[in-house]
Amino acid sequence: MNRPLHDFPGGLRLPGHKHISTSQAILRAVLPKRLYLPLHQHIGEPSETLVAPGDHVLKGQMIAKATDYVGAPVHASSSGTVVDVTLLPVPHASGLDAPTIVIETDGEDRWVDRTPITDYAQLDLSDLRNRIRCAGLVGLGGAAFPSFIKMNPGPHHRVRTLVLNGAECEPYITCDDMLMREQPQAILRGAQIMMHALQADECLVGIEDDKPQAIAAMSAAAAAFGAIEVVPVPTRYPAGGERQLIQVLTGKEVPSDGLPPDIGVVCQNVATAAALQRAIDAGEPLISRVVTVSGGGVRTPRNLEVLIGTPMHELIEQCGGYHNAAQRLVMGGPMMGFSLESDSVPVIKATNCVLSLAADELDVGHATLPCIRCGRCAEVCPASLLPQQLYWHAQAKEFDTVQSYNLFDCIECGLCSYVCPSHIPLVQYYRFAKTEIWAQERNKRKADIARQRTEFRAFRLARDKQERAARHAAKRAALKDAGAGGTRQAAIEAARERAEQKRMEQTAELNAARDAKIAEVKHAIAAQTERQEAAPTSKTVDAVTSSSNRETPDNQ
Amino acid sequence: MFEAVAIVTGLAVLFGAILGYAAIRFRVEGDPLVDEIDALLPQTQCGQCTFAGCRPYAEAMARDEADINQCPPGGETTIQALADLLGREPKPLNAEHGETAPKTVAVIDEETCIGCTLCIQACPVDAILGAPKQMHTVIAEECTGCDLCLPPCPVDCIEMVPISDTIETWTWPYPQGMGSRQ
Ligand code: SF4
Ligand code: SF4
Ligand code: SF4
Repeated sequence: MNRPLHDFPGGLRLPGHKHISTSQAILRAVLPKRLYLPLHQHIGEPSETLVAPGDHVLKGQMIAKATDYVGAPVHASSSGTVVDVTLLPVPHASGLDAPTIVIETDGEDRWVDRTPITDYAQLDLSDLRNRIRCAGLVGLGGAAFPSFIKMNPGPHHRVRTLVLNGAECEPYITCDDMLMREQPQAILRGAQIMMHALQADECLVGIEDDKPQAIAAMSAAAAAFGAIEVVPVPTRYPAGGERQLIQVLTGKEVPSDGLPPDIGVVCQNVATAAALQRAIDAGEPLISRVVTVSGGGVRTPRNLEVLIGTPMHELIEQCGGYHNAAQRLVMGGPMMGFSLESDSVPVIKATNCVLSLAADELDVGHATLPCIRCGRCAEVCPASLLPQQLYWHAQAKEFDTVQSYNLFDCIECGLCSYVCPSHIPLVQYYRFAKTEIWAQERNKRKADIARQRTEFRAFRLARDKQERAARHAAKRAALKDAGAGGTRQAAIEAARERAEQKRMEQTAELNAARDAKIAEVKHAIAAQTERQEAAPTSKTVDAVTSSSNRETPDNQ
Repeated sequence: MFEAVAIVTGLAVLFGAILGYAAIRFRVEGDPLVDEIDALLPQTQCGQCTFAGCRPYAEAMARDEADINQCPPGGETTIQALADLLGREPKPLNAEHGETAPKTVAVIDEETCIGCTLCIQACPVDAILGAPKQMHTVIAEECTGCDLCLPPCPVDCIEMVPISDTIETWTWPYPQGMGSRQ
């Protein structure tokens, strides 16, 4: 148990506010009347719906399929009827609407046929990963990256160590803590399956030392599992960052432009391990998760086991409702979370915490002042960045320079903003710069395609012109052949004349064709108008997408 | 007859060679400055800059015959990038050329379309599909929103529809400046 621990740069001990939500056991939330399941709940491409309004679905039935390698299917969290597939508000910093499947639950909570795997070790590794993929499993720590991809580090990487992340370093959030106290067996069994999938030698479970009960429960359970070691780590935000935890436990640093498998490590969250265990041992896809409902704005903070798709206000109601002091609703923690405009948005796979903050918990009302170059931001930065420089170039929109200061190494932990005596919203600038750079890259890709298509069009026009020229030349040559007999010069002359005549004939033909065409078009318009007047059409703009097999307009 | 065939074949080969050579010459020995400038332009190909597309505008700038603030679709970002590249002072967009408008995509009302192919001929990026007398449709991903297909349409059945932000394309807003309260 005396594993030497290492240190990561920066970091800070923050007030935890954790005890307020850990006094009661995890409670299963009430089945909601309606479930709202967004198609895009993970990192990667949005999924594609498999159901339509009116369809009856069973609990655990796949209702949206992944459209890309980096993707995850969505499953019905309970049985009922699909009542809508439409744009609705989702928990996202943008506050925008996104495609969502709405299910009216029938109260029966009836499962689809489940096929548990009795002996996962017998399964081909790629079949095992496919199981994980089909279960819609994503990282439950908040990032929601498809889990099966992490389970496939590729032939060039030998993963020795699985790091199980139970650090849960962000204030207020306790869902992993409670899960480790209550279901250590499920978590460790899941870790064991992950180790098998990765062919890893060891598993280190990192838990911050402010969670003695979780450490005790996990250590006791771990005794029965070989090669899994529970390691308490010092409580210092953001020890639960993937790179930070790996460094603390192994002493190895993930390279700036690399990923954990590059140093023989894969890191997964404890809740993901528990969900994976259910996916394999019970054949149940990811349809629920533990969510911390906390903050000074909610009456009885606690952890709930929630069906994905449950509207957040229902959770608040089950936790005694709002306090009068409630000011701001946040998904995630106070450091890395984002504000929500409405509590009607659903819990999604990435929702680890719903936080209702009271006025006295918010660090608001400070005026932003100029940077005094105190250097505190750089001291706390766990990614060894120079936040002050990043800020300077991000606010000037110098996106190339800001990238040369490793903007994309920033994990948006929020510590620099937290300590800044000038109250500069530093992370906001980094988020702005990051999304702006991505948008520019998207535009560039689109522009590149447009440039290629323009060039191809120019080529196509030139080619058509050349083909026309070649055809004319052929005619001229043929005429010349026919005119053989007189002097060469005369023949050429005659051929030219004939060609000229031919050209004029063609022009006349073309003109006639054009006139005919114009008449045709006019006729068509008339016919069209007539038809429209006769039978007002009910087709909508939607028809734009289906073009191939409709009959052509009547041109008589 | 043989002569004719030979001439045609010869011509075809010759034109092909010229075209091929032109293509290579264009690529490799094309003015690298023009390429660099062209790479910064949005490739909407709308002609608002008064040139027949982005590349001609890039060529004009390379010859110092056009200013850097003539492209409305590119807006401030493009002007800034051009200023950086050409070592000039950024300046506001020249309003004579129009304003930077939200991005749009052309949608053809297939009920009304008469299949005249005029829009196809106008589209600078071949983003419209359709054959004579068949209704046409726009490949939304390829459409640059240049508006060029609107004027030729004899039945006015093309509409430019704004592209709205999705959670995939949304960007964080620029934070409030000094003195603001969070
Ligand atoms: S903490 Fe704030 S004031 Fe201090 S150097 Fe960083 S940005 Fe400037
Ligand atoms: S938010 Fe980014 S820059 Fe600021 S301390 Fe955290 S990692 Fe460093
Ligand atoms: S205005 Fe801009 S987008 Fe339009 S053709 Fe000119 S350079 Fe291209």
